[in-house]
Amino acid sequence: MSLTVLNVLVAVVIAIGFAALNAAYLVWAERRGAARIQRRPGPNINGPFGLLQPPLDGIKLMTKQIMIPGGADKILFMVAPVLAMAPAILSFVTIPFSDTIVAHNMDIGLLMIFAFASMGALAVLFAGWGSRNKYSVMASVRAVSQNVSYEIPMLITAITVVMITGSMDLKTITAAQTGGFWNWNIFPSLHSPLMPLSFILFFICSLAETNRAPFDLGEAESELVAGFHTEYGSMGFGLFFMGEYANIVIGASLTTILFLGGWDCPFGLFPGVWWFLLKIYLLIATFIWIRWTFPRTTIYGLLNLSWKILIPLSLFNLLLTAGLLKVF
Amino acid sequence: MNPSMPITEAPGLFTADGLTGLIFLVMMAVTLIGGLIACCAERLVRAVAGLMVCFVGVASLYYFLNSPFVAMMQMLIYVGAVCITIAFAIMLAAPEESKKNGPAGPLSGPLGFITAGIVTFGLIVMALNTKFPILAKVNQGTAKEIGIQLLTQYSMVFELISIVLLIAIIGALVLARAGRSK
Repeated sequence: MSLTVLNVLVAVVIAIGFAALNAAYLVWAERRGAARIQRRPGPNINGPFGLLQPPLDGIKLMTKQIMIPGGADKILFMVAPVLAMAPAILSFVTIPFSDTIVAHNMDIGLLMIFAFASMGALAVLFAGWGSRNKYSVMASVRAVSQNVSYEIPMLITAITVVMITGSMDLKTITAAQTGGFWNWNIFPSLHSPLMPLSFILFFICSLAETNRAPFDLGEAESELVAGFHTEYGSMGFGLFFMGEYANIVIGASLTTILFLGGWDCPFGLFPGVWWFLLKIYLLIATFIWIRWTFPRTTIYGLLNLSWKILIPLSLFNLLLTAGLLKVF
Repeated sequence: MNPSMPITEAPGLFTADGLTGLIFLVMMAVTLIGGLIACCAERLVRAVAGLMVCFVGVASLYYFLNSPFVAMMQMLIYVGAVCITIAFAIMLAAPEESKKNGPAGPLSGPLGFITAGIVTFGLIVMALNTKFPILAKVNQGTAKEIGIQLLTQYSMVFELISIVLLIAIIGALVLARAGRSK
């Protein structure tokens, strides 16, 4: 009992540390990547390759005064950034980084991550509403409608994988894919010829769920000043940022676990946490690459893509997989 | 702790039982405070926030009572879907500060307090006079066991609930269609 409590506490501390480190250095990676793609210098002054930029930014954010706009709903305004960060941290608890490195493996781990991910939309809503700013409210309504509509195809696609594996335990799902890359869920098998399609669906949905370009309608700075966090300065803004990057890491981890074999090595060499990290950072690099090479979509195009293309496709995929699982 | 032994005397705070009880009380407090905020808040959005706190409290109670699956479903459906739907409805319907409600009904004021008192008294009497038998653990409450139960013993209920949902969807479609001119 006490050991479990200690385990969970240590895991939560590590999760916060991991999330914060990732948030800090993914921002650096993002800015460097953006600079490289747009052929301009990125943050390269402070330290070698600009590596000291994130801690300096952190110090700047933490020492700034907290400003609360006049008509704002103070409580919601203060709670929203915490609410954006907390579910992301909680989700780390059940992600298996390797065979042994998992804080608390649950047999419904996948469900738990989706349950906590769905709380993120409320944080955006409260932030937008609490700020008493037209642009914030509009951005949060956009972001939430987008989150809600993309959650559906994402869940349906995840269910396809769950049906093939027969488990919602993230460890079992990974274990079912071990032994070479041809066992990974991303490649088609007899039961699921459309698995590559599932992967693409899931990847698009995770882009949209984490509010990343080309689906970052909630942060369309050309129309909405900055988005739902227009009124946030200092560490409130910092927390939103950390939450966003923590969510990106979770999205990439989930994609890795569901489709790319988790900690499994493609050629069966030294399976372990390094392969997991390599895979998620490759996925995150793809996230950054996509963000800086594609223009932003429109809100109608975004919602139409989900309701008219992704949901029917994922439902068809689900039915086909169910049928094939029954036949073979 | 042996689950079949009811606790007769108050355990110390730093024993396993005491801490378990403390965690339970904290969860109860979270649920109740959330419910109170939901009822008493002037602004509707704050009421939704309170409702969310209340749902999270209930989910933690489910988790505490060894039903992680039900707890996660509570989070996914009530916090992730119901609260967001309500918040959305508020934003679409009343973008301005919530207006004062109309004249209070006959049950407000003293009469309301009396009603609440009677109901509370009745519940307390009931709770004190009921013997709470300690049942053996049915199963682990995992997704698999619940799924098997739902599709065998409770399949009728399961199907009926899906019909209720179908009716709700069709009703929503009818309402949404009626508003369109073309």
